[in-house]
Amino acid sequence: MAAVLSQQVELGQRATTWRRLLRRSGALLGLSVVVFFVLIAVLAPWIAPFDPLATSWSEVRGAPSAAHLFGSDELGRDVLSRIIWGARASILAGVVSVSISLGLGVPIGMTAGYLGRWADALISRITDAMLACPFLILAIALAAFLGPSLTNAMIAIGISATPVFIRLTRAQVLAAKSEDYVEAARALGNPHLRIALRHILPNIVAPLIVQATLAIAAAVIAEASLSFLGLGQQPPAPSWGSMLNTARNYVDQAPWLAFWPGLSIFLLVLSFNLLGDGLRDALDPRHRT
Amino acid sequence: MLKYLLQRLGLIVPTLFFVSILIFGLQQLLPGDPALALAGEERSEEVIRYLRGKFHLDEPLPLRYWYWLTGVLHGDLGDSVRIQRPVLDLVVEKLPVTVQLAAMAMAIALVIGVTAGVISAVKRGTWWDYGANVFALWGLSTPNFWLGILLILLFAVQLGWLPASGYVSPFEDLKGNLAAMIMPAFVLGNAFAAVLMRHTRSAMLQVLSSDYVRTARAKGLDETVVVLKHALRNALIPVITLGALGLGELLGGAVLTEQVFSIPGFGKLIVDAVFNRDYSVVQGVVLCTATAYLALNLLADLAYFVVNPRLRH
Repeated sequence: MAAVLSQQVELGQRATTWRRLLRRSGALLGLSVVVFFVLIAVLAPWIAPFDPLATSWSEVRGAPSAAHLFGSDELGRDVLSRIIWGARASILAGVVSVSISLGLGVPIGMTAGYLGRWADALISRITDAMLACPFLILAIALAAFLGPSLTNAMIAIGISATPVFIRLTRAQVLAAKSEDYVEAARALGNPHLRIALRHILPNIVAPLIVQATLAIAAAVIAEASLSFLGLGQQPPAPSWGSMLNTARNYVDQAPWLAFWPGLSIFLLVLSFNLLGDGLRDALDPRHRT
Repeated sequence: MLKYLLQRLGLIVPTLFFVSILIFGLQQLLPGDPALALAGEERSEEVIRYLRGKFHLDEPLPLRYWYWLTGVLHGDLGDSVRIQRPVLDLVVEKLPVTVQLAAMAMAIALVIGVTAGVISAVKRGTWWDYGANVFALWGLSTPNFWLGILLILLFAVQLGWLPASGYVSPFEDLKGNLAAMIMPAFVLGNAFAAVLMRHTRSAMLQVLSSDYVRTARAKGLDETVVVLKHALRNALIPVITLGALGLGELLGGAVLTEQVFSIPGFGKLIVDAVFNRDYSVVQGVVLCTATAYLALNLLADLAYFVVNPRLRH
């Protein structure tokens, strides 16, 4: 009976959070644009009008036209098709990098917060050391040593963003550790691992979701930055960052080459930021009273 | 004050120790034989043997770290394989360019961010507030390399007002230097202005609802005096910390900006080093950036301590 009641309360809270999220026009807009980009990334093989790698010497740096809505690039490839396929690299990089950060950051942060003492001191100093290296510089250094590729860029971004999740998880665990329900679980003789995973973790998920959403926005920009520098997706595979890097050389002759990939990055990042802000407001416990 | 300073320094030393391990550890990520990777295209037996000896590659890892750390502590960050010059010399040569860019970007970010934050808080719930929030979202979501390209297109290609790229030393031609740096500085400062705007707005909203501001208003003081003298001065205290931390982030952001505008600074040094497989330079740049970040962090803490009388008690 108690379990059923608890499940119903949880479902009710989730529904309230959804309602609160969907009431915010900014968050709704962000969610819609994110869904739109995910759909075009998934459906790329069917909706892209041309092969993104097919070159055409008669179409080199062609202005937007009925045949090529976004124009064609320096090798005559269709820009719209490359934008559609490039969405895959950006979304994949955002999601995989943040999954790496969560996968590393949450267990390490929980260990620091829950165990305290020397484990906390050691993890905190390592986190401080990682945070001392600016995010992009650390990602560039890691990508440089791992070698340029989209996979390595995702690993580099994921590792560079991990300290933020360690700090956040540690702080949340420290706050949750002194709550009555954790004391009660401890008094009932639950083992530490069970307390951490079954009692603390579910209660610290909300701020982690918000941070993860905002971190995806940062990871999308970071992937585009690394690809722009030549350390991410390698040519000829389409990526918004590498498209911008090429466009830089033709900015006076073919400005549309720079416009569309930049606009795509901007819209996707903006949408994740709007969604993250909306989630923060919807999940904020102060709004639940 | 001295006790506080010593406490902070006591935390920085172990952090720097872990930074050094992290940066030394980067070298271990190189796939295959590090000597081959470090040699780049110069893969002759002689060069590889020299590199093996120089970096003690045949010795155990902790010993190699000790040799590297001892060198760093004596100011030896290694030599650039490509340019055949000490890394420290390259860093010292390029750093002033990036510091100027970051300082100009910070000044632009402070002017735009703090002004927008104050207006947004004072005119809460109006179109001014919405406009400032839209500006913040725009700043946080715009990739600075895209903004750089768009500004080059507008101000250099279309209007011809500013140079598209390049750098002139301020000691040679101050006007030319400012013309070359204003666009990159704006691009770099744009995102940070958005962060400052959000923090200033939030701090101002908190301060504007405090008792002493209500008292100042009740005394019949002019609203401008209340906002600028009573509220802003207190709201700006956390912005100091943020500003110093932001300077470290700006050093990171400068990598892309310098690449777009072909500015020969710290950022361009690391990118060129990456493509030349000049790993000592990459390590040197990361180490210097991290040390600068920690030093700025310490200065911010001290500034916070000085300007906030409550901390002193």
